[in-house]
Amino acid sequence: MASSHFKKKSNTKEEIPTASLPDIIFMLLIFFMVTTVLRETTVQVRTLLPKAEALTKIDQKRLVTYIYIGPRKLEDNRIGETGVQIDDALVEDLGNIRTIMYRKLIEQPKLIVSIKSDRQSEMGVLMDVQQELREAGTLRVNYSTKRDVG
Amino acid sequence: MPKIRKREREEGAIPTASMADIAFLLLIFFLVTTTIDVDTGIGMVLPPKLDEDVTPPPIKERNVLKILVNEEGFVLLEDKPSAVNLIRGEVIKHVLNEGADPLYSESISRALVSIKTARKTPYDAYVQVLDEVWMAYFDMWDVEARKAGFGSYKDYSIWVKSEPDRVNEIRKKIKAAISIAEPDAR
Repeated sequence: MASSHFKKKSNTKEEIPTASLPDIIFMLLIFFMVTTVLRETTVQVRTLLPKAEALTKIDQKRLVTYIYIGPRKLEDNRIGETGVQIDDALVEDLGNIRTIMYRKLIEQPKLIVSIKSDRQSEMGVLMDVQQELREAGTLRVNYSTKRDVG
Repeated sequence: MPKIRKREREEGAIPTASMADIAFLLLIFFLVTTTIDVDTGIGMVLPPKLDEDVTPPPIKERNVLKILVNEEGFVLLEDKPSAVNLIRGEVIKHVLNEGADPLYSESISRALVSIKTARKTPYDAYVQVLDEVWMAYFDMWDVEARKAGFGSYKDYSIWVKSEPDRVNEIRKKIKAAISIAEPDAR
């Protein structure tokens, strides 16, 4: 009785159907392609970030606006004067920051400004930028730093 | 003529057995090239814009731990030259003084750390000092968290965040009162 029962079972196909395998993989592929966010801005200033230990992570990426401060990148790997960049464009007049940031704050009231500043840039520029941020009312800032290893 | 006949017999379908492999290769390529870079840094909240006619409340000199970072990146702690790695201990001493030493703060809630920089101070020096001050607060929070029976402050903050109504008592008790001093008039 038992053996006949086994035989009956073994009649079914043993192979897993692999026809849908490419589809599954393609689904995964499309998922990763959609979720991957490529860096959309080209940074025109050098930002070698300082290192620190007391770090906090910013999980909500959509709240963040980046301000880059550092020496301008010129041709032939030379660097020029200190520049401030928000999103795609260099800010020529620092007085414009307050209007730029104010508009962003209206769109996103929980805005966090992440300042990516070069190690060697002077505090004067940062102070000016911070004064502008205070004028705009965007008070949450984050000094972007790398983890100090060892 | 026989050549044509031979072709007709061949199967028309494209072999799909390798399709999965091709898709896998693409998948692995995207997996490898994707960098999910999480932005890390030192968070600060800037003071709101002051009204011209409102004078800031007076703060007792002893409650403020003054840190000055000069143009060369050297540190003056309460007007005395100091090394960056000494700041942490001084901040802890200052905050947890509770009125014991007349040179340090009166109480935890009144203690304040002020960081002042010159316009030519390199950003790196400022971040190093700010980092030390934050590490001092993290150390104090760690001690508090251990008193409350947690392994570290990190565990405690995860526990606090796990339920929306929980209040972070440690940060309420020891507030990170770091002031970025107003720059001097140019």
